[in-house]
Amino acid sequence: MPFPELPAATPLSWYLLLSAILFSLGVAGFLFRKNIITIFMSIELMLNAVNLTFVAFSYQFKQVDGHIFSFFVMVVAAAEAAVGLGIILTVFKNRNTLHVDEVDTLKN
Amino acid sequence: MPTPPPLDPVLFLIFAAIAVISAISLVVQTHPISSALSLVGVMGSLAVLYLLLGAEFIAAAQLIVYAGAIMVLFIFVIMLLNAGTEKATNRASFAKWAGIPVFALFIGLMSYLINSRLATGPGVTLGGFTGGGALEIGRSLFTTYLLPFEVTSVLILIAIFGAIVLARKEI
Repeated sequence: MPFPELPAATPLSWYLLLSAILFSLGVAGFLFRKNIITIFMSIELMLNAVNLTFVAFSYQFKQVDGHIFSFFVMVVAAAEAAVGLGIILTVFKNRNTLHVDEVDTLKN
Repeated sequence: MPTPPPLDPVLFLIFAAIAVISAISLVVQTHPISSALSLVGVMGSLAVLYLLLGAEFIAAAQLIVYAGAIMVLFIFVIMLLNAGTEKATNRASFAKWAGIPVFALFIGLMSYLINSRLATGPGVTLGGFTGGGALEIGRSLFTTYLLPFEVTSVLILIAIFGAIVLARKEI
């Protein structure tokens, strides 16, 4: 066989590890990117990673509570996207830039 | 004749690979539209993983709310502002050489912790948990979690007010 032997059922730790990788990539995007919209999308990526952990533990404990929590996370993300994109539009209207380093009024 | 590989880990590995590659593409791409389309890829593959975990309602909500509504809003704003390619800055040189080892170290630490503490249990098979449909979600949402549900509606109302205030002309 060219492939290594796979277990018959996916271990729960694989899901948790995937979630950790996605969360770390979200953190990296949040820290390294300079475009404010890309930073916002990195936050959405982190929220998605946390949702995956909730659903995986919900499977493990055979209870529906994790689904409810990830549902609430989705609702909060939707509200956050609406308000955050409104803020981005206002910033762009006032300063004509999306670069976060150029929005530095409080620094001076 | 060799036995075929088990379906659940294969599906997991395929869609996990798609999710990780799309997430890396989100972080690496310099144009916001490319990042947004990569995020749609992450969300779609995560919806398939939710189906494997027996969460049908969450998978549907993921596709409708996230990949549908929120991403359309993002792409709408990117198009409206005519956001171009990000300007390269040389301030992030420290982050470039220190970031990748720290990232690898963090992933290694997380995998060690997860494998040492949370590797028990029978593992995930499709159909092992069937309590994730709309009936069970709705029953739990309107009995146990009724108060958080109502508070969430107030939150959405405040978000609507905030969006309207931010959209006024004189701010």
